[in-house]
Amino acid sequence: MSGITRAEVAHLAKLARLTIDDEHLDHYAEQLNVIIESVARVSEVAGDDVPATSHPLPLINVMRADVQRPGLTNAEALSNAPAQEQGRFRVPRILDEE
Amino acid sequence: MSKTALLMDFDQALERFDPVLGLEVHVELSTNTKMFCSCSTTFGGEPNTQVCPVCLGLPGALPVVNEKGVEAAIRIGLALNCEIAEWCRFSRKNYFYPDMPKNFQTSQYDEPIAFNGYLDVAVPTDEGVMPFRVLIERAHMEEDTGKALHQGGATGRIHGADYSLLDYNRAGIPLIEIVTKPIVGAGRYAPEVAKAYVAALRELVKSLDVSDVRMDQGSLRCDVNLSLRPTPQDRFGTRTETKNVNSLRSVERAVRYEVQRQAVILTDGGKIIQETRHWHEDTGLTTAGRVKEEAEDYRYFPEPDLVPIAPSREWVEQLRASLPENPALRRARLQAEWGITDHDMASVVNAEALDLVEATIAAGADQAAARKWWLGELSRIANERGLGLEELAITPAHLARIEALIADGALNDKLARSVIEGVLAGEGEVDAVIAGRGLALVSDDGPLLAAIDAALQAQPDVAEKIAAGKLAAAGAVVGAVMKATRGQADAAKVRRLLFERLGVSE
Amino acid sequence: MTDLIKQTARQLSDLLRAGDVSAHEVAVAHLDRIAAVDERVHAFLHVDREYTLARADQVDAKRASGAAMGVLAGVPLALKDVLAMKGQPTTCGSRMLEHWRPPYNATVVERLHAADVVILGKTNMDEFAMGSSTEFSAYGPTHNPWDLDRIPGGSGGGSAASLAAFEAPLAIGTDTGGSIRQPAAVTGTVGVKPTYGAVSRYGLVALASSLDQAGPCARTVEDTALLHMAIAGYDPKDSTSINQPVADMVAAAQRRDLRGMRIGLVKELSGQGFQAGVRQRFEEAVALYTSLGADVVEVSCPSFDYALAAYYLILPSEASSNLAKFDGMRYGLRSGDDGEHSVEQVMGLTRAAGFGPEVIRRIMIGTYALSSGYYDAYYGSAQKVRTLIQRDFNAAFTTCDVLISPTAPTTAFKIGEKLDDPLAMYLNDIATIPVNLAGNCGMSLPIGLAPEDGLPVGLQIIAPINGDDRLYQAGGALEAALHAQWGHHILEEAPAL
Repeated sequence: MSGITRAEVAHLAKLARLTIDDEHLDHYAEQLNVIIESVARVSEVAGDDVPATSHPLPLINVMRADVQRPGLTNAEALSNAPAQEQGRFRVPRILDEE
Repeated sequence: MSKTALLMDFDQALERFDPVLGLEVHVELSTNTKMFCSCSTTFGGEPNTQVCPVCLGLPGALPVVNEKGVEAAIRIGLALNCEIAEWCRFSRKNYFYPDMPKNFQTSQYDEPIAFNGYLDVAVPTDEGVMPFRVLIERAHMEEDTGKALHQGGATGRIHGADYSLLDYNRAGIPLIEIVTKPIVGAGRYAPEVAKAYVAALRELVKSLDVSDVRMDQGSLRCDVNLSLRPTPQDRFGTRTETKNVNSLRSVERAVRYEVQRQAVILTDGGKIIQETRHWHEDTGLTTAGRVKEEAEDYRYFPEPDLVPIAPSREWVEQLRASLPENPALRRARLQAEWGITDHDMASVVNAEALDLVEATIAAGADQAAARKWWLGELSRIANERGLGLEELAITPAHLARIEALIADGALNDKLARSVIEGVLAGEGEVDAVIAGRGLALVSDDGPLLAAIDAALQAQPDVAEKIAAGKLAAAGAVVGAVMKATRGQADAAKVRRLLFERLGVSE
Repeated sequence: MTDLIKQTARQLSDLLRAGDVSAHEVAVAHLDRIAAVDERVHAFLHVDREYTLARADQVDAKRASGAAMGVLAGVPLALKDVLAMKGQPTTCGSRMLEHWRPPYNATVVERLHAADVVILGKTNMDEFAMGSSTEFSAYGPTHNPWDLDRIPGGSGGGSAASLAAFEAPLAIGTDTGGSIRQPAAVTGTVGVKPTYGAVSRYGLVALASSLDQAGPCARTVEDTALLHMAIAGYDPKDSTSINQPVADMVAAAQRRDLRGMRIGLVKELSGQGFQAGVRQRFEEAVALYTSLGADVVEVSCPSFDYALAAYYLILPSEASSNLAKFDGMRYGLRSGDDGEHSVEQVMGLTRAAGFGPEVIRRIMIGTYALSSGYYDAYYGSAQKVRTLIQRDFNAAFTTCDVLISPTAPTTAFKIGEKLDDPLAMYLNDIATIPVNLAGNCGMSLPIGLAPEDGLPVGLQIIAPINGDDRLYQAGGALEAALHAQWGHHILEEAPAL
């Protein structure tokens, strides 16, 4: 497995919404390479016949009844908002339409 | 910003290209609570009042699956002739967007709860209504996002806004996303197929009583994927995804528009960009949204805060057994029972009067009369008042009673309209309205004969014409009698008595 | 008057029940201790003296009213700052949440309230529980009470240090890869990571959802059991919660009988590459177990060699998604909102400013491991390793009742020593991680001091899923034998603060 390129690290930072300057990017790239190299061996051990375990307990079908319960008041919901207006969370302008 | 794209004439475009469609429909469920928390799903609440730590994505909060959401997903899957997964999971779809409190959407990825189904739709063509089978790839469960209100700028639109305000009442409401397989073979009827599919799907989901399926309120939303290829033998072309297509008419128009737009580009040797486009209801145009400069990387992985859903076969079979009759099959059955034409049936369906007409007939009315009232007088009133037929304060039982009185000769159409008016005004049941308004038809021969005699005396020339066999002249006398009785006479009866009086036979 | 801060929770419980002291007096003693030593230890991030005393007074009033009181009523506790507590700071050791006041309580906090435990404050931790030294706290490191120049372990270093510094008799920790057990080991205290799902995760700010587990910390095995009973049990708000009755951990801790118990020595964790003093104390503990009538055998768990690698893929993957919510939109830090920057830019600036380097490293690794083209090789493979580790445990538990190993490869290291060497730091958790991956339970308890540095060494006991009572049985018996040997608690040997 070849290492992560700096461009890849920049792409990762973008995907993860982290604004990282060039200098730090280099540093992270270096460290990430060391870490990835050391963990890459996971792919050596288990064959196709081994199922993946995403969860330690074999629980299934944990569901709740469709019954309403009181949640937060508007004031509680907004109590930690960095900015608010008209009972809503105020956020900077959105450039990109999803 | 909405530049008008060059469009090719539709028929010309279809001569050169074969359209391939794909439809993604999101149905918002009408469960009491959200998909993963116990907050209300009611539409139109004050902002951020139907929220809790879970749907607000607060640190530490955890989701718990709403059983009714799973049940609705299975029922929709079964109604779409899908297989229901023996075991499936939720996955996280990771991307950042401010209307999504956790910056991931809890959805299903490679293990949808329902898959491999189909929906048969009826497509209007020049050769009449043709059946078309739309294959369903999958139906899966996910959660809705919050809503952004864009402030500042001129348009209230996202572009040019200074900032946005977020309401998370909608965040976490259960959605079922239904994805078709690529729809091929629709040819020039691609727009009609798309519309017919969404209409049929809407009707189907409505019959399951799991969603309001109101396109205007966003409880049914449609994304249209479209690509063109030179011939049906070629590989699929690059597709665009048109979002925000929120009426049946727009589904048809958006497909037509994209066919015409893409045809120009391809004919000129250009390339279609894989992009998201936005449909504008007002202008009938699509505009480019986000260009997918690099493939989306949603980094799906199994949601570790939830455990797998493994619907027991007993549960699935129980839900299958309780499904209502398929709406299309039901329509065919009722049309045959009533013995009416495709056109008449379409009128009933389009007026959204099928249930009401059926119930009115079941309550004893004649099918023609039931259709006449619901599609005529009542549709007119509902339209005037901006209400749905269902919302009118009159029931099939009321109409059946009115019809029975007409058959008995106790009411005529004119009086019946007055009765309807009274019932709608809350004056009571049919008989109470008749009594209250004094609407009973004059049924004694005596007063009618007196009125006929008076009319004949007033118009001796008419009497002569009738006596001479010009029966068409009778209208003038009948009219005068009706006027004299202020409409409270049975016109047919007046006519019969008149002819008897003059000794002529019809 | 008894020195209240030196009492165990059980002893305080007895004093409170007898009416010899009030909850108020107990709280004051501990708050005064915190005031006296925490400037040097820095176990706590927040202490709200007024709130704590008001709570203690409520408990006293309740007792005075003749109401039935739980065994821990009036006993103080230190809460790791990763559990949401309504209206109180909950920073997770991060600048991101510096001013966050949760509008709700974690289920663990609700249970502590119900048990009338008096919460003293919130303890320091590595940012978002990522670390093994508490050096990655945005608010400065916690110092090990045994040697203030050394780390107290992590991520729950604050909770463990508060116990060792006699600032609290009980503490709550959380353990994703060893964050309860490794700090317990290096501070001479006891900590248990319960079976996954035994204690509700609702309100525990998630690091890695499939690995995280809150658990009890104390100075004795019995106290740990008392706290375990107070917080464990089914919670319908946590879909991964185990819906079955909790075994009697306190009874198990008091059993003091190991005859016939089969104890497995995990070959892969038996000390190869571990510090000499750690190995020495471990070997002595093994001998002691044998002398107590246990049947000690060696077992092999070959897949454990891959546990660390699997862990450092699974954890960052889940964390990268769990920590996406910190974007400055709804709560927490917002950076760069100058009216010009777009929402995307503000999110990026906020996250870069609010997260420390270790958090950023792990988010990036997780983003990488989940991204298309790499998922199968990394995340997918790591999940398979998880299966293999579960199989190894299952095989081991067919021949053993519990397994043992040293908890950590070394005693407490110096602050700063491994700060910029992520891999060296990660190795601290080599013996504790397999338990989180498989979902079973583990305990660390002190077994002596390493001769070369005089610092505490911990022994790890591992039991199968839902076998938590076995930890207490095996731990309680060993502790009793060690205390009999030493004639005192190991913390008596720590230098005075």
